[in-house]
Amino acid sequence: MDIHEYQAKEILSSFGVTIPRGGIVYSPETAENKAREIGGSKWVVKAQIHSGARGKAGGVIVCNSPLEVAQATDNLLGKKLVTNQTGPEGKIVNRIYIEEASDIEKELYLGLVFDRESESIMVVASTAGGMSVEEIAKEKPDSIIRSKIEVAVGIQSFQARELAFGLGIEPELIRRASETIIGCAKAFSELDATMVEVNPLVISKQKQILALDCKMSFDNNAMFRRDKVSELRDKTQEDEKEVYASDRGLNYVSLDGNIGNIINGAGLAMASMDMIKLAGGEPANFLDVGGGATPEKIVKAFRLITMDKKVKVILVNIFAGINRCDWVAEGIVQALEKIEIKVPLVIRLAGTNVEKGNKILRDSKLNYIEANTLEDAANKAVAALK
Amino acid sequence: MAVIIEKNTKILIQGFTGKMGTFHAEEMIKYGSNIVGGVTPGKGGQKHLDRPVFNTVKDAVKNTGATASILFVPPAFAADSAMEAADAGIKTCVAIVDGIPSHDMIRIKRYMRRYSKNEKMTLVGPNCAGIISPGKSMLGIMPGHIYKEGKVGVISRSGTLGYEAAEQMKNLGIGISTSVGIGGDPINGSSFRDIIEKFETDDETDAILMIGEIGGPQEVSAGEFAKENMKKPVIGYIAGLTAPKGRVMGHAGAIVSAYGESAIEKVEILKECGVTISKNPSVMGDTVKSVLEKM
Repeated sequence: MDIHEYQAKEILSSFGVTIPRGGIVYSPETAENKAREIGGSKWVVKAQIHSGARGKAGGVIVCNSPLEVAQATDNLLGKKLVTNQTGPEGKIVNRIYIEEASDIEKELYLGLVFDRESESIMVVASTAGGMSVEEIAKEKPDSIIRSKIEVAVGIQSFQARELAFGLGIEPELIRRASETIIGCAKAFSELDATMVEVNPLVISKQKQILALDCKMSFDNNAMFRRDKVSELRDKTQEDEKEVYASDRGLNYVSLDGNIGNIINGAGLAMASMDMIKLAGGEPANFLDVGGGATPEKIVKAFRLITMDKKVKVILVNIFAGINRCDWVAEGIVQALEKIEIKVPLVIRLAGTNVEKGNKILRDSKLNYIEANTLEDAANKAVAALK
Repeated sequence: MAVIIEKNTKILIQGFTGKMGTFHAEEMIKYGSNIVGGVTPGKGGQKHLDRPVFNTVKDAVKNTGATASILFVPPAFAADSAMEAADAGIKTCVAIVDGIPSHDMIRIKRYMRRYSKNEKMTLVGPNCAGIISPGKSMLGIMPGHIYKEGKVGVISRSGTLGYEAAEQMKNLGIGISTSVGIGGDPINGSSFRDIIEKFETDDETDAILMIGEIGGPQEVSAGEFAKENMKKPVIGYIAGLTAPKGRVMGHAGAIVSAYGESAIEKVEILKECGVTISKNPSVMGDTVKSVLEKM
């Protein structure tokens, strides 16, 4: 789960990271007052969307008066921002963060992620702040320093110090820099985060160490014990169909093609998408209804797929194990009594009681195309497009 | 001797009296697995499915001599149950449960470092289908009848894609020595490398089919291990050719976040390691067959 910049800043601030003064607004009317409340003579108006690279997309505006702040807020609110991370449809701006402008002397990069190789938390830092970590890795790989946090004991002071000295931070600021790094690491560990990124982490001309832009992501599997974090979810930043799916226990990812998929199991779903591509088609989605493929999940899956107007063919591929094919077939027949399908439907069943399952489908009034193997299903789905 | 589990391996069900535990315990018993009892804290002393229930894994091990266990406990308690199994002397533990936080998985693995290599439990999963040695024992939730007894070792992250492979192989008359589902999570108990290493020394296994997917370094590290250390042929398939970068594809671990984690990159690296690649998921069985014919 992703959260907004201002939410990440509030969290990190509570872990001892210094952030510039700022506040959130939802309307231009309140923006002017908020700017006065923050004080100073220069402000940055920042569109809050779940994406980086907002500056390049026009989502970050520097203002010299509270009136300008109100105007900038007015311009951004309700707008869809398209960045290189949002996809062409962009993301809607419903919240604006207003922040005092900082006098930047130096921009640094600080990121924490799970390292799957060593199964620990990896701190990545660089003097090339302001660039994305991918750009840094490509263009200035020598500037990157890393430190592995042993999760059982947490980050140690010496590790934070080594990183701070490694970034060339001047001696009188080492302590603050270390505290900042330690704060980020603690937030990561204590809140079940999967990513914390402060980019840039700046040293201001006033010799403050400030988190200027922050991002945090969290482990969905841990939300049962993170009530406060899960409240920060902003569904307006997620694909509508993906929200519908996740609220109903389905694993769904919206894609660009026109062949809709309903499959049980994530691996089989990816494999089916690959077969569609090899057969010359493009999948409209990834959808895993779960290994069990219960009739309730199948109904929800058909509802979801029919919401997607791009879909021109639907491919159902279920490998039934302990939940036999006859039971799955009955589920499909029941689902399609409730939901009208206007596009060709290809169904491939495999596994336990496959003959019985196919017989139930054939004996039903269902208008569909039967397929036998993965390859057969993909070929028939692509052929049905024409 | 089969790898990991044998015909008579004594198995405990953790979370025995719950709905999932009961259902799958019955399936395993039907298959012929030697289920000797189970654990549900607070229900010790009762009988369930004609087998004793214990309050703690230690009690259960002491009274039954069990060496393997399978977890059907909710994700919030799964880490605790896995560590309890490790501490009670269980040698093989399968965690079926989907939804264990990554931080908990790391904690389990760090906890297990207290045991010497010989005493250390093999943890398989979470978010997996489990282990089956066809004709011998099933420590999992797979449909046992689709697995034919034979000499190919199978390792898969995905459950249903593993079933797909087993059925394709059965239709071609090819059997399986042991199939291990290692699960779809980013941090798992056993990696591809851990399991292929076991297969290399297993005299009932002649060749290994490895079914991977996008995300993480494990397929590549297994490939590199195979290149350096293995004599048995390895066949591989990687799902997720069409998966977009940076998106989680169902499995929490199926996300491309670094070089070498996409399907195309993994396939290229595995080929360089001498792994025979199944070019699509419909020909996993055929690819295994062609490799076996050359042996």
